[in-house]
Amino acid sequence: MQITVLSGKGGTGKTTVSTNLALSLPNVQFFDADVEEPNSYLFIKPDFADKSKSVLRKIPEVDQEKCTSCRACVDFCEYNALAMLGDEVLVYPEVCHSCGGCKHICPEGAITEKDKEAGEINWDLEVTEELEYWQGKMKIGEESSVPIIEELKEEIKPEKNVVMDAPPGTTCPTIEAAIDSDYCILVTEPTPFGLHDLKMAVEVVEELGKPYGIIINRAEEGENEIIEDYAAENNIDILLKIPFQRQIAELYSDGIPFVEELPEWKEKFQEVFADIQAVVE
Amino acid sequence: MKIVVTAADDNGLKAKLDSRFGRASYFAFVDTKDDSVEFIKNDAKNASSGAGVQAAQTVADTGADVLISGNIGPKAFDGLSRTDLEIYSGPEESIQKVIDEYQLGNLEQLESATKSAHAGLN
Repeated sequence: MQITVLSGKGGTGKTTVSTNLALSLPNVQFFDADVEEPNSYLFIKPDFADKSKSVLRKIPEVDQEKCTSCRACVDFCEYNALAMLGDEVLVYPEVCHSCGGCKHICPEGAITEKDKEAGEINWDLEVTEELEYWQGKMKIGEESSVPIIEELKEEIKPEKNVVMDAPPGTTCPTIEAAIDSDYCILVTEPTPFGLHDLKMAVEVVEELGKPYGIIINRAEEGENEIIEDYAAENNIDILLKIPFQRQIAELYSDGIPFVEELPEWKEKFQEVFADIQAVVE
Repeated sequence: MKIVVTAADDNGLKAKLDSRFGRASYFAFVDTKDDSVEFIKNDAKNASSGAGVQAAQTVADTGADVLISGNIGPKAFDGLSRTDLEIYSGPEESIQKVIDEYQLGNLEQLESATKSAHAGLN
């Protein structure tokens, strides 16, 4: 069972929801796929020690001897990673998306591929008896986080309860984190901005054909209607409301997952998980 | 001599220099022999990434001798430095004024990028 936690808007509470959910369940494998700025380690506090490996991606290398300056590769590259300047094809690795297209299109066979480090993966197989932790981290200067998320997903163990903290937004990295999941939790907040970006996230999961439900973070009586009305109109389940409460905010700012101090919330997250299981099965 | 100036609009020699290189609106291609000016639309203006690289390619392909812009990033500068093009920094004035200043020797020739690397439309 794989649950991906996403939200259109950043800062709505993906990490709050995913870490507290993970700490409430047995047999969990947690993935921080927000690889541009992974921060769930602040709450889960894994011990990476020396458990780290590089994520490599392919970039083109041009054999200038074989190159006839035909520019087929330059014209092909959608990302402007190649240019024909001063009679040589120049490669700009930072903007290359590693699609491999230039290699195929070159009529002279002048392009081969070599590895470039895109990021790294860290892990702790025993944060607690019930929790295994994995994190991807993108290298500074890289433009696409997708290769790191792809590599991270290779580590998924199907027998585990997988909780994946997705990157914010509704673009390729978020889709990469959600595309193989069994269920998506959409985290939002009861504001017009929260609703706007929730609608974008809904469009994504609808397109992916995933079952999904909403968790309202910073929920407040008198404010929740903006999300509740939308959910009711569109027949979307609201799985949980996490109140806008000083104690929860203070625990967050101290790096303490609130289920650890407020154990009644563990039960609530377990109920959410049971509801999700019922939908998936 | 053939000079390319990054331009914010295509209003002949009255057009204003665009201080951005990769995301300039136009490239004004000026031939000083007869002061003729031709505008090339910059296709890289709204590129999601690699605008500087694509713009460098466009400018290099014109076969100009000199490029005058405001700021130029490291990818474009590195690429253009492999060509014979000389790169100058000019003020946000009309193309006519910029060309005059260049011919008077008042513009600074750039030896390195004026901006550090950044991603996307920032």
